[in-house]
Amino acid sequence: MLEARNITKVYEGGVQALTDVSFTVPKGQFLAVIGLSGSGKSTLLRCINRLIEPTSGQIFWNGKDITAASPEELRRIRRRIGMVFQSFNLVHRSKVLTNVLAGRLGYTNPAWSLFNRFSKADIEKAHQTLARVDIPDKADYRADELSGGQQQRVGIARALMQDPEIILADEPVASLDPALAHSIMKHLERINKEDGVTVLCSLHFLDLVHKYADRVIALNEGRLVFEGLPGEIDDKKFKEIYGRDAERVG
Amino acid sequence: MTQSKPNHEAKPSVWRSLRNGLFFAIAILTIAYAFQVTGVDLEEFRKESRQQSRVRVMRALARPDVFDFDRAETTVNSPVHLPCPGGVEPQIQREESGEAYVESLSCSAAGEIITLTGYNFPPNTDVVVSFVPGNDPNSTLALTKARVKSDSQGRFTAEVELPKDRESDDVQFLRSYAYRNVGAPRWSKSALDTWDKIIETVFMAFLATLLGTILSFPLSFLAARNLMKNVRSPLTSIALNLLGWPLGIFFGFQAGKYLLGLSGSFAENAWLNAADVVIAGLLVYIGTRWSLSRGDETPSGVIQRALQELVSLAVSILAIYAFLEAGNLSMSLGSAAIEPLGAFGFVGNFLYQSGDILRTITPALAALVGGSILSSRLGRFGQSLSERLSAGAARAVNLILAAAAGGMLFVGIGQTLNWFYEIGNPFYIVILPAVLGAAGGLTLAILTKPKAALSIGLTVYYITRMIVNAVRSVEAVIMAIVFVIFVGIGPFAGVMALGLHTIASLVKLYSEQVESILAGPIEAIEATGANRLQTIIYAVIPQIIPPYISYTMYRWDINVRMSTIIGITGGGGIGFLLVQNINLLDYNAASTQMLAIAIVVSFMDYISSVMREKYV
Repeated sequence: MLEARNITKVYEGGVQALTDVSFTVPKGQFLAVIGLSGSGKSTLLRCINRLIEPTSGQIFWNGKDITAASPEELRRIRRRIGMVFQSFNLVHRSKVLTNVLAGRLGYTNPAWSLFNRFSKADIEKAHQTLARVDIPDKADYRADELSGGQQQRVGIARALMQDPEIILADEPVASLDPALAHSIMKHLERINKEDGVTVLCSLHFLDLVHKYADRVIALNEGRLVFEGLPGEIDDKKFKEIYGRDAERVG
Repeated sequence: MTQSKPNHEAKPSVWRSLRNGLFFAIAILTIAYAFQVTGVDLEEFRKESRQQSRVRVMRALARPDVFDFDRAETTVNSPVHLPCPGGVEPQIQREESGEAYVESLSCSAAGEIITLTGYNFPPNTDVVVSFVPGNDPNSTLALTKARVKSDSQGRFTAEVELPKDRESDDVQFLRSYAYRNVGAPRWSKSALDTWDKIIETVFMAFLATLLGTILSFPLSFLAARNLMKNVRSPLTSIALNLLGWPLGIFFGFQAGKYLLGLSGSFAENAWLNAADVVIAGLLVYIGTRWSLSRGDETPSGVIQRALQELVSLAVSILAIYAFLEAGNLSMSLGSAAIEPLGAFGFVGNFLYQSGDILRTITPALAALVGGSILSSRLGRFGQSLSERLSAGAARAVNLILAAAAGGMLFVGIGQTLNWFYEIGNPFYIVILPAVLGAAGGLTLAILTKPKAALSIGLTVYYITRMIVNAVRSVEAVIMAIVFVIFVGIGPFAGVMALGLHTIASLVKLYSEQVESILAGPIEAIEATGANRLQTIIYAVIPQIIPPYISYTMYRWDINVRMSTIIGITGGGGIGFLLVQNINLLDYNAASTQMLAIAIVVSFMDYISSVMREKYV
């Protein structure tokens, strides 16, 4: 159970990215976050694992206040929250296997990292995870040798290595073509359904929302303007979320 | 609004041309003043004496002294009286040496021009005719008077102006000298010297680059804004951090010194040293293994935690001891190996010197390690303290700690200034700084929110940048002057100067590369729960390897170039020889060194561009 209470974020320079956003996500739910570009979706997801510090408000996760956690506690919280990015954010010059193993860093003694060492169990797990996202033979490739869809699978594998309870997916398919988008979304769906991992996923296309999401929240200029089931987004709601001039596509 | 635009364009053209005229006048004046200051003067250039030395030096420079031959020499010393003794008429005389002979006047007045005619000299050869003052025909002092060439029959005619200020009652001589090279060419002395020094130069550059790269690598992260701007801690933690440094340095240094004395008493026994290295190394390994295998979960009980800390402490002490003993071992092995290794004796010397370096820097290293450990432990304690205390209590703690830390910092600065300027008055070097520092700390503690995270990272960033920029602005040639005082004239001083300058410039270049890496991977690695060290290792370093290699090559290139001239200030290398020869007016030898520099520098240029293409 994840609960955001009155999250507000004002960037340096006075840009109001989020205003008083509150919502709850029950364990195991697939929550879609929609809204225009610049509506605060990315900021909201990053406030949850405090890659961006919220200006005010609290986030409770299993009764613990993430926003009040010390750096040490935050490290322990973050390692159970996987994250998948629009631009994949792989380390290009590293091997795919190293990128995947990076998901275990939160569990690894930093002293070992000095020698670039991971336990045998972790390496074994990395290979299994790569197999799970259908690229078992790419472990020794450099990350930038992979295609976009494959890179995003590596990104998902990295998140999976964390044994996550939550996965934050920040527009995971926005830079992929529709066919690839569905295959990536299916992977997230399987993780959600099979492992019971809570997924918070920001999306652009409503058809993806209808197909994969259990529930939707919508942001407009940093405010929560809708919270409900995907089916409840009718034309009126759509205009509220995306503005009066918007046309439905897809 | 509509009016203003055409107005703007149609600015009065008088003003504009006045402005342009003024600009032009200032430019001319600047150039004129530059002429005055730099002494542009063709009059000097045209002078006959200038012209002569120009020809002489340019020709000498064009003839580097690289090869030597055995010489078949022909020397004829014709006696001459200057002036003619009373009542003696000058007459043609013949002076022989082997087959060659020279006909000349037996005496003449000073300043007269007389003619020498030589026969049976080597054909088509340069003949140097010089005046030998004094009555010793074999004197090495000779004033060159004419250079002529013999014809195909070995004949030559030379017109010689006798000197005006060398009148004497004794007989003096006119020397005709010619030589031919015989046999195979061999390296000249200056070529051999140049070879020695150019090797020294290249290795100076190598060592300086190596040292500079190793040290600037970690420092470059401190000077990278994107990494440092997110480093924040509460004031409690920062103050304790600051207080931890001097305490840790003190304890670390004392421990290092004590262990140095302890291991020094075993310096003679290499077997004991070896045993010590093995045993201590093994214990360190086991201890490290043990604490690492416990994972990073904070141990629950107080006893557990104390045990872990004790083990870490013991491991650190053992590691220092193992270092020192390894130094001992390396020194005794090295000094024993110099003789038997023969031509590879330098390996023995390397062992000896590295052992010595290890033993010399270990106390300083121990001090640094002690400082950093104590400071980070206290800092972490401060962090948890700040989390647990209420806002009011945190402020009270902050007031005390910040005052103490500020006072200590300023007393440290006061002591440093005292060392330089020998002030000696305790009021100025202890009491005043302590009061000022404490006041500064208190002000900071009052002005900031008690639990707010201050951006200490940016402070460290600015300080690092400032120091690096200051060091970089002093050229290595100038630094060498200081290091010559520290370690004596020679290549070692050059290595230190070049190394320091390399650190300063590489930290700047490297950190700019760190600042330009992609932020995405850093974000992704941080999101996995990695700490700062892990983020650097897994997200930053892979991205900066290619530019780092490229800049290191570039710097190695610069260092070779710099090391060719660092000898000017006593820093060793070929510059030393070059300046010496220029001062001795031996331009042929100087030319040899210039040639060597040109070859090495262009070769380095080529190598580094090839390597850069290959790896980047």
